[in-house]
Amino acid sequence: MKRRQSATQLAERMLAGDSLALPRLISLVEGESAAVAEIMRRIAPHTGRAYCVGVTGPPGAGKSTVVDKLTVLMRQRGLSVGIVAVDPSSPFTGGALLGDRIRMQQHYLDPGVFIRSMATRGSHGGLPGTVQGVIKLLDASGRDVILVETVGVGQTELDVVNTADVVIVVVTPESGDAVQAMKAGLFEIADIFAINKADREGAQRMKAELEAILAMKPGESIAVVLTEAHRGVGIEELYQELERYRRAQEENGELERRRRHRRREEFLELLQRRIRRRFLDFADKDGQLKALTEQVVAGELDPYSACARVLGDRHWLDKWLSQEGPALSEAEG
Amino acid sequence: MTEEKPTRVLIAKPGLDGHDRGAKVVALGLRDAGFEVIYTGIRQTPEMIVHAAVQEDVDVMGLSCLSGAHKTLFPKVVELLRQSGRQDVLVIGGGIIPEDDVPLLMERGVQAIFPSGTLISRIADYIRDKVQR
Ligand SMILES: Nc1nc2c(ncn2[C@@H]2O[C@H](COP(=O)(O)OP(=O)(O)O)[C@@H](O)[C@H]2O)c(=O)[nH]1
Ligand SMILES: [Mg+2]
Repeated sequence: MKRRQSATQLAERMLAGDSLALPRLISLVEGESAAVAEIMRRIAPHTGRAYCVGVTGPPGAGKSTVVDKLTVLMRQRGLSVGIVAVDPSSPFTGGALLGDRIRMQQHYLDPGVFIRSMATRGSHGGLPGTVQGVIKLLDASGRDVILVETVGVGQTELDVVNTADVVIVVVTPESGDAVQAMKAGLFEIADIFAINKADREGAQRMKAELEAILAMKPGESIAVVLTEAHRGVGIEELYQELERYRRAQEENGELERRRRHRRREEFLELLQRRIRRRFLDFADKDGQLKALTEQVVAGELDPYSACARVLGDRHWLDKWLSQEGPALSEAEG
Repeated sequence: MTEEKPTRVLIAKPGLDGHDRGAKVVALGLRDAGFEVIYTGIRQTPEMIVHAAVQEDVDVMGLSCLSGAHKTLFPKVVELLRQSGRQDVLVIGGGIIPEDDVPLLMERGVQAIFPSGTLISRIADYIRDKVQR
């Protein structure tokens, strides 16, 4: 019963401020429902206002605690906040334990804060493509700031760059030295570093090391802030750096450049996903293609020649594009 | 896509007792059974729990209580869910619940009680069975 309402109706209700509509829409987007295109079309005119802050770093570094404390400061300044906390799904069972909310309890009853936990689901450890859509929903629902927490392991770190207007990388003194951080690729994505758990040994030394490495990057000024998030120490400084970064970004056009890049990426990515899915459906059904695949499987034909044969055959491509099933333009995710 | 939408379960601990070992074990077990489990931590008021359930758009709410206050807390959560328009959420309970209290809880809208020590696989099967869409 709960899913039956039309997506357009839900979108209208969300734009009118209905508190049940937003969570449902997020589920539709997250589940790559066929209604996503309709939802996105409806909310598009209401997006582009929110500022999106990515918070990433290794597990246990204190990301959720930082998000919680930044939210306090933002609320004090009258900003409404949306939080998307992403944790990995098990590739084996598909299950996930989403525990970031534990650190954010003080905001549960505040209507100015909306928190949503997301699992990575089928995105192979990367940030799911659906996060972008969820951010748009929060944006359209009128949030001033959206904080996106992702675990910085492997691919998610790179994906977060294509999602956020600014990226805070949270590291700890015990997460190893600055060279370790460099190897992990954190320098490529960080706009601001927070060395959290500064109450622990080695924080000052790590700060000095990070700054020394950063000094070698020409043309960029990346701040390094020491924080003790569990006690709220250093969060005001971190917030100031965020503000400073945003102002600079707005003045020098970097924010717009980043958003243009993101729109391009999103479009091409979507196109790819849909073509791919449509093709896999076709490959499943088409006898001619199956026979060709079998030749490759048996080692009788090399994959490159097989590929050239498919792509060189207009008739075949026509057959693919005119196959039965949902129109390519409306296919799911 | 043939892939199903994973069922979302919120595990919450209403009330003042600070022991969440049992709740955590259930949360981990349900994760391993393929559910998306949202864990909200200890010392939650029914209001906080229901706000979280609404925002997270969960299908299932698992409440754990060891303090003895389940007779007021569980029905309160059910009532608040109804007021929030989410009476469709499957509410189940666990923890230290005397058998004598079960009929009252069921009457007040808790769908099932799984006392401490229940096999997680039983809980998982129950949820799967109930949340078939
Ligand atoms: N000692 C210390 N512990 C902290 C600090 N910030 C957070 N923690 C603790 O570190 C643990 C992990 O924090 P959490 O925010 O969940 O990390 P996340 O996995 O990166 O989101 C929690 O127990 C926090 O209370 C800090 O500055 N110093
Ligand atoms: Mg976290």
